[in-house]
Amino acid sequence: MSAVRVLVGTRKGAFVLTSDGTRKIWQVAGPHFAGWEVFHVAGSPVDPNRLYASQSSGWFGQLVQRSDDGGKSWQPVGNEFKYEGTPGTHQWYDGTQHPWEFARVWHLEPSPRDVDEVYAGVEDAALFRSTDGGASWQELAGLRQHESGPFWQPGAGGMCLHTIVLDPADPQRIYVAISAAGAFRTDDGGETWRPINRGLHSEQIPVPDAEVGHCVHRLAMHPAQPGVLFMQKHWDVMRSDDAGESWHEVSGNLPSDFGFAIAVHAHQPDTVYVVPIKSDSEHFPPEGKLRVYRTRSGGNEWEPLTEGLPQQDCYVNVLRDAMAVDTLEPCGVYFGTTGGQVYVSPDGGDRWEAICRDLPAVLSVEVQTLE
Amino acid sequence: MVRVELPYHLRNLAEVRGEITLAVSGEVTINSVLDALEDRYPELQGTIRDRATGLRRPFLRYFACQCDLSHQSPDEPLPEAIAVGAEPLIVLGAIAGG
Repeated sequence: MSAVRVLVGTRKGAFVLTSDGTRKIWQVAGPHFAGWEVFHVAGSPVDPNRLYASQSSGWFGQLVQRSDDGGKSWQPVGNEFKYEGTPGTHQWYDGTQHPWEFARVWHLEPSPRDVDEVYAGVEDAALFRSTDGGASWQELAGLRQHESGPFWQPGAGGMCLHTIVLDPADPQRIYVAISAAGAFRTDDGGETWRPINRGLHSEQIPVPDAEVGHCVHRLAMHPAQPGVLFMQKHWDVMRSDDAGESWHEVSGNLPSDFGFAIAVHAHQPDTVYVVPIKSDSEHFPPEGKLRVYRTRSGGNEWEPLTEGLPQQDCYVNVLRDAMAVDTLEPCGVYFGTTGGQVYVSPDGGDRWEAICRDLPAVLSVEVQTLE
Repeated sequence: MVRVELPYHLRNLAEVRGEITLAVSGEVTINSVLDALEDRYPELQGTIRDRATGLRRPFLRYFACQCDLSHQSPDEPLPEAIAVGAEPLIVLGAIAGG
């Protein structure tokens, strides 16, 4: 009997939501790390009982927790994220240069090949890797040391490396995204990197078509089409058909192309989901209606999915790491809101139900499909 | 033996209740006490002193004997009452909402 486990990171702890394959009746466990911010919880594709969680606090800094039993128990592992060499500087809000300073781990990406290998995207933007189950972390410094590094600058949320996409077909290829520097790709396992932002156009930066400086919010890929990438940029939903070499806009008929989250259907590589947000000044859904939009054609033509979602007086946000899909048939789609709701659609987006309505503000949602 | 009082979240992290009693070798200073604390509870590394700088995290304070010792050198000897365990070294989290 199949089952799903939903890993939820919130402003005040982590929650583990479980159900059988019908996805109708849910058990809620938590809060784990109560009172701490949990930016992300992720499970290993190699061993689903191996979980990693990013736990942080303005008082006590960063911890990484690891579970070997599917989230029932946790152990703190390594929390030293030391930049390689002399960290140098990047651009600060006022245009001056500012030293690279570690603040927190935004995203953890376990390897699909090795249970003890996991990547961490951090603020100030850098990529770290552990090969010992999180006990120690080494920076893949070629990214931060890219010649454009001194020109990277923080978005309003800090200069964070928030997206890590590991190419399932090529262990040497990794994509990352940084706010507000843009998307980058390595083809040699992290030694060298180059920006992949051609085709992005951002009116909010001095040179709208610049090679770096774009506020990319999230990347998504279907494992069967690793050369096809989807991007929710600050404004604009974008698509690349050549592994990021070039991008074209697929916002089409969306009511707003601002947003954070983007996800691809587990079985249909051209079915993509976004949650339009009104604007960068008003981080809530247009018209107070919480609508997921789905395209079945890889972009441009989007349909609103509303059944079971609030269609009046809704002013929550859905953050970049707070949407995920399971691999059951039909595909389940999940997202969490800053209002503390976690929604599930067990039928690919047609109908939605709230698993939880009153959690702390949701920062991240991941889903594990269990056999 | 030196007594240390931790804030709620760090007691939970270290899985301790109440005060912690530590044997501290050499001169009793904030740093030597915290070194001994982290030796026994490695999970506390980085939670009181920043990993990169070794400095007190900004929202924490060190109180002892009704004094705020946060701004003295962490390598300065602590009061005798701390060194002999008559008074605890208190690691305190700043009050904040949200």
